[in-house]
Amino acid sequence: MYDFDWSSIPGALPILASGALITLKITATAIVVGILWGTLLAVARMSGRSWLAWPAAAYVNLFRSVPLVMVILWFYLIVPQLLRRGLDIPASYDIRMASGLVAFALFESAYYSEIIRAGIQSVSKGQVSAALALGMTGGQAMRLVVLPQAFRNMVPLLLTQAIILFQDTSLVYVIGLADFFGSAYKVGDRDGRLVELLLFAGFLYFLACFGASVLVRRLQRRVAA
Amino acid sequence: MNYHWNWGVFLARTPSGESTYLGWLLQGLWWTVALSLAAWALALLLGTIFGVLRTVPGRWLPGLGAAYVELFRNVPLLVQLFSWYFVMPELLPRAWGDAIKQLDPMLQQFLAAWLCLGTFTAARVAEQVRAGIGSLPRGQRAAGLALGLTLPQTYRHVLLPMSFRIIVPPLTSEFLNVFKNSAVASTIGLIELSRQSQQLVDYTAQPYEAFIAVTLLYLLVNVVVMGGMRWVESRSRVPGFIGSK
Repeated sequence: MYDFDWSSIPGALPILASGALITLKITATAIVVGILWGTLLAVARMSGRSWLAWPAAAYVNLFRSVPLVMVILWFYLIVPQLLRRGLDIPASYDIRMASGLVAFALFESAYYSEIIRAGIQSVSKGQVSAALALGMTGGQAMRLVVLPQAFRNMVPLLLTQAIILFQDTSLVYVIGLADFFGSAYKVGDRDGRLVELLLFAGFLYFLACFGASVLVRRLQRRVAA
Repeated sequence: MNYHWNWGVFLARTPSGESTYLGWLLQGLWWTVALSLAAWALALLLGTIFGVLRTVPGRWLPGLGAAYVELFRNVPLLVQLFSWYFVMPELLPRAWGDAIKQLDPMLQQFLAAWLCLGTFTAARVAEQVRAGIGSLPRGQRAAGLALGLTLPQTYRHVLLPMSFRIIVPPLTSEFLNVFKNSAVASTIGLIELSRQSQQLVDYTAQPYEAFIAVTLLYLLVNVVVMGGMRWVESRSRVPGFIGSK
């Protein structure tokens, strides 16, 4: 039977914590940008103007049919070249972080936009008619009447997507960025304790995600009630 | 941009000479498809079992089904893959672990990726199966039992055939996800499609052509799967249910 030796974990906690910080930064950026850009995409798609709707639909469908791993690799190819050309960035800046942030933000926007589109469609048509009858413009009706209600209905789904996204950030491993998972792997590989470190990382991910999903379910019940 | 486009690169011979770079891509595509289909079969089997468990009477079996789903849904896919690849052989009895480690590396990677994708997707399939069974009128189960069928017979002849036909659309998106998730297998070195794209970049220094080609192949897989599933959906639609015409 395998002899477990957990002794390399306590000393590795600072490294793991700095990795966790990267995980959280990417998650937070992707949620914020994803919801903002996703809302714009959803509204563009439903605007009824084909020059807006068509590119938005193409964007969403493209990102949703390509594996996240490929998207991360794509942006690691594109972002550094754009950054080097456009801005005079110091050599010390970790370009992998910038690529990862851009990749996740743009990728998640496509998924968020589909959730938001469904949310907007769930608001009854009478609401828009009423807003227009009150003399609001289409934009005002969307901003003041439809979106606030849509977002209230969507909160559980948006949070569930955030949990999925949090798990997916571990894929920045493919560009060698040491997020929480990457750090755990590095430490395990260094100390020859990969088994322990992987189990430890998996256990913490499980606690975080399971806890969060229990909370989301509770919230969902309250929204539905 | 002074990037040097060279689409002819795909017809160039690889260093070892026995294939072209296009051949490499198609080989990668083959592994992606083989892995995804094998994992999908495992996912349907396990997903049906655990989905059914969640709907049977009693406390222990539904609890077991729920525990499976929560475990596999709340750990990142990459962690699961590395666990199957690095951890599982260590935790098995020594003789088994050694036997696995002596396998051909490609087979080891395929085995880990297959178990990982299959069990991971099974958790999602289980949720759909449960939802499908839950969406049937309660009377169906009661009628089956009242006719003298045993509980397993009721599931096999009454509940499952109906619920599978109802859940074809959500299963389609899970099926598509298997192909996309299979790209994660590149991290343990399985030379499937996305790994092949990185290898092409290393060998040819033509990253844009390689990435564009691989992205197009993934889109192609998507279109084919969607077309196929739409056909299945049109054949299996239950008359009188929402979405049927």
